[in-house]
Amino acid sequence: MFLEFVLALIIIRYLRTQLRKDGILPAWDRLLTIGIIIAVAFLIFGIVGRGHTGRLAALLTDGLLGYIIYFVFTKKEFIKFKSATYAVMPYIGVSVIKNITALISNDFYEEWSRPFETAELFAVIWLIATWILSRKQRKALELERLKALEKEKQYQLSEAMKASLEVQVAERTAALTQQKEELEHALGDLKATQAQLIQSEKMASLGELTAGIAHEIQNPLNFINNFSEVNTELITELKDAMAKGDMEEAKAIADDITANEQKINHHGKRADAIVKGMLQHSRSSGGQKEPTDINALADEYLRLAYHGLRAKDKMFNATMKTDFDESIGMVQVIPQDMGRVILNLITNAFYAVSEKKKPLTSDGKLNPLFKDYVPTVSVSTKKTANKILISVKDNGSGIPPHVLDKIFQPFFTTKPTGQGTGLGLSMSYDIVTKGHGGELKVETKENAGTEFIIQLPLSP
Amino acid sequence: MPERNLLFNCPYHHKIHCMKILVVDDERDIQTLFEQRFRKEIRDKALEFAFAFSGEDALSYLNRHEHEAVLILSDINMPGMSGLELLGHIKQKYLKPPPVVMMITAYGDADNFNMAKELGADDFLTKPVDFTLLKEKLKNIQ
Repeated sequence: MFLEFVLALIIIRYLRTQLRKDGILPAWDRLLTIGIIIAVAFLIFGIVGRGHTGRLAALLTDGLLGYIIYFVFTKKEFIKFKSATYAVMPYIGVSVIKNITALISNDFYEEWSRPFETAELFAVIWLIATWILSRKQRKALELERLKALEKEKQYQLSEAMKASLEVQVAERTAALTQQKEELEHALGDLKATQAQLIQSEKMASLGELTAGIAHEIQNPLNFINNFSEVNTELITELKDAMAKGDMEEAKAIADDITANEQKINHHGKRADAIVKGMLQHSRSSGGQKEPTDINALADEYLRLAYHGLRAKDKMFNATMKTDFDESIGMVQVIPQDMGRVILNLITNAFYAVSEKKKPLTSDGKLNPLFKDYVPTVSVSTKKTANKILISVKDNGSGIPPHVLDKIFQPFFTTKPTGQGTGLGLSMSYDIVTKGHGGELKVETKENAGTEFIIQLPLSP
Repeated sequence: MPERNLLFNCPYHHKIHCMKILVVDDERDIQTLFEQRFRKEIRDKALEFAFAFSGEDALSYLNRHEHEAVLILSDINMPGMSGLELLGHIKQKYLKPPPVVMMITAYGDADNFNMAKELGADDFLTKPVDFTLLKEKLKNIQ
């Protein structure tokens, strides 16, 4: 009897709940409230007015339900409730027919109430069944929807993450590019510095040589001047002897003049060789291999190094020993480079023996070796079956084992700061190994001395 | 130096064979040069030269020919025993009476000059040797 009203109330309430969930309730709240008021009003009419009034209220409620269904079908916000309406429709139909029939003829209705009640029962069963089904369906759909929503959220999240990652990648790339540029710049600077250092090492060894060169040139020049003066005197005497007719004396004097001329020539060539050597030393590398008298080269640089050191330290002295293998002949080397190596090794040897000869040890005590120690540097050459050996040996303090494997490293030096570039031995090593395909070996014994041996392959 | 003249009794201008000079230098051509420069004096037997090419050589020569050399002319810059060491040996513990030692120093080498003076060098010559000056000095020693 009151099912229509209850149904109307339930439906409106259901709509309200759903709309609230979707967050669009405020726009429809007024209309739905009016619907509730109308449904309640019809219910009151239905209860108060029995008989025909009640039937009319029920029919009007059916109208209300119909209107709601129309509403659902026409408003797009409600379209999702369409399936739910199929549940109510049969009942509304049955209710409308039942109420109209009852209004027209209550007797007829009473008489045929059975089929009507049966129809009503089926409609209610349908309603409940459909309701349950659609509820299930909706729940599944809702779940799907939520899942989709979640996916969408995740997608958006990952998109955001992707975007931020891309920004990060761009930033990192920029930072890396900048670092790379900075490193390239630093590398360029380092290369320039290295080139400068190599140049300054050459200049430093040239500086070491200058005093030696001055001394070495001074001596031949003195001889040249002296012998030429003597010859001037001798020529006067020769003329006197010829005037006297003393041909024997004239011949003796002439022989002396010739001998002196040879001396002048010899010392002129000696000075010339020294100047040439100096020029070669200062010239940058890249020279050509040429047949070189290794013995003469070693001897020349031994003298230059010795006088260079003497010029710096007046008190220094050392015994120089040479043992040259005359069978070596001419060897294919780059003379200025090999000269630089030999000079470097000899300078180091002199440095080692001069350190050992110092009156005071490094910790300020009197050096017990000062009196009896004879600083000695030996340079020797030797030709074997397939090699040329050039040895520079000193009787200094030797190289301590903990620095022995570092001595060929660039910039490694045991000299006080500012006194050595630390490039001498590393350059020498490069010149011997890379420049000449040879080997540079070292043998050392603490407190006994050090021997550096250049091994050069004999060119076929 | 009157004592020296009395002891050896052989003035330079008398051209008597007596004055022995030991020249110490590591340059071997110095021998030829001296022999040429003093050819007249050597021929006239006013001077006699001996040569040593290192400090060690000079000492062994002096050992073998004690009191013969009146004058020693020594270079300072030599490998092995330097001229200064040789001077020390001669002046402090070697020969009695010590001969006159004239040191040859490189131009402007004040350190060696002072050191040689302290060790008792009698006179100095600077390189390059001025032979006219050297001859003057030799006359004065006589």
